Amino acid sequence: MGGYGSQFAAGILLTLEISVCSYLIGLIFGVLGASAKLSPWKALRLLGNLYTIIVRALPELLLLLIAFYVLAGAISGLAASIGLVKSDFAFNPFLVAVIALGFIQGAYVTEILRAGVLALPKGQSDAALALGLSFPVRWGRVLGPQVMRHALPALGNVWLNATKDSSLISIVGAFADVLKVSSLAAAATKDYILFYALAALCFLLISVVSMAILNALHIRSRRGLHIA
Amino acid sequence: MAAPPAVIMDGVNTSFGTNHVLRNVSLNVGQGERVVICGPSGSGKSTMIRCINGLERYQCGRITVDGIALTRDAASLKRIRRDVGMVFQSFNLFPHLTVLQNCVLAPMSVKGMKRAEAEALAMEFLGRVKIPEQAGKYPSQLSGGQQQRVAIARALCMQPRIMLFDEPTSALDPEMVREVLDTMVELAGSGMTMLCVTHEMGFARQVADRVIFMDGGEIVEEGAPDSLFAAPKTERLQRFLAQILRSH
Ligand SMILES: Nc1ncnc2c1ncn2[C@@H]1O[C@H](COP(=O)(O)OP(=O)(O)OP(=O)(O)O)[C@@H](O)[C@H]1O
Ligand SMILES: [Mg+2]
Repeated sequence: MGGYGSQFAAGILLTLEISVCSYLIGLIFGVLGASAKLSPWKALRLLGNLYTIIVRALPELLLLLIAFYVLAGAISGLAASIGLVKSDFAFNPFLVAVIALGFIQGAYVTEILRAGVLALPKGQSDAALALGLSFPVRWGRVLGPQVMRHALPALGNVWLNATKDSSLISIVGAFADVLKVSSLAAAATKDYILFYALAALCFLLISVVSMAILNALHIRSRRGLHIA
Repeated sequence: MAAPPAVIMDGVNTSFGTNHVLRNVSLNVGQGERVVICGPSGSGKSTMIRCINGLERYQCGRITVDGIALTRDAASLKRIRRDVGMVFQSFNLFPHLTVLQNCVLAPMSVKGMKRAEAEALAMEFLGRVKIPEQAGKYPSQLSGGQQQRVAIARALCMQPRIMLFDEPTSALDPEMVREVLDTMVELAGSGMTMLCVTHEMGFARQVADRVIFMDGGEIVEEGAPDSLFAAPKTERLQRFLAQILRSH
């Protein structure tokens, strides 16, 4: 296997970094998107609908290519033209990639959180208001945990997809994530079976560990439910 | 200076779209007064008492609670909700929190009470509603009657001056109605101002200073329970009472 062991280790690390960063950004976009779709203002609802419809309709690869070759260039060009940055400025490709991936995941998170909020019995919000709880306490202690309980399995799926979609990043930059490392190694040694199996094993490992953690979170989130 | 009336509603009107739900409702509730509100389904009883703590908006008229004018600004709502506790038909306990956590959440976060102090207070009120031994359980582990008593204790933990009840016993199995009514009778004995939507006429007779009959979004008739039930003046109330008697 030569010196590929350390490359694989670094690849797993990069895959995890991309996944975690894009997922966190996706959660932020999801909260914003769900708030927009549930807002009393029509313009915001429209914006939220456009976001989820467009992002979920287009292939992720296409969105990633647009982010890289159209948006990032346009934004940095605009920033340079108004003197905000130097003319040879370019965004950090890692940053562009995780924001773009996060933006995509955010559309799915938006729908999940929206469904979670709509599933809340109205009485929960009534009781929290009647007790005089402030907005942060209402959402942080009363409504949020119940939304999460409803949303957690679906959010877990988004996470598992995030780990797999992280490999798309190597299309738009010189990133040595697990998949890239394995295909380079396979091409160099012609040992396709070994290295692709190794890549598969890495993803399997990530997902098995993820599922164990998700399961624990899920059990924790169901406190007070159906215990008899 | 005498304390201001607990609740003043003056010409309150509420609509949901084209549905005019409250029509010129005016009502004065004195400190310590116990008012029972009854009326057919859809007559606006819930809407009326939900206006008092700002859970429902009203379009015109004036509401004053404990001398505080209820306006759209957040400060008046916050002060009023500190003074007003509410108990709902469907209990609305927070299912992911234990009984004790349900009770201490508002005192700690709204009043800034220390945990030890809030827990001591909660145990005192759980004792008063006779379920201190359930403090560590989750709502789903309790019977309906027990859950409603916890909901009463949770509201009392904010030490409100006024308590609103919206059909607190109508979601309960018949054998549990009594324990909740007993708790409310006891609360009435402590001098709490109470507004209670209920069709429990026995309860109304026992504790109410005044019964209000609503129909079609209006207060149609009001008076002391005995005279109101014995000699209803309007045909609408006569019909309503006949219906209640038949179903009980
Ligand atoms: N949030 C709302 N949106 C639209 N209409 C509403 C809303 N809440 C109540 N209504 C309407 O207002 C009217 C009065 O409702 P309300 O709940 O106050 O009646 P109620 O006397 O409490 O009836 P019940 O005995 O069934 O509880 C009904 O016609 C109801 O459909
Ligand atoms: Mg009602």
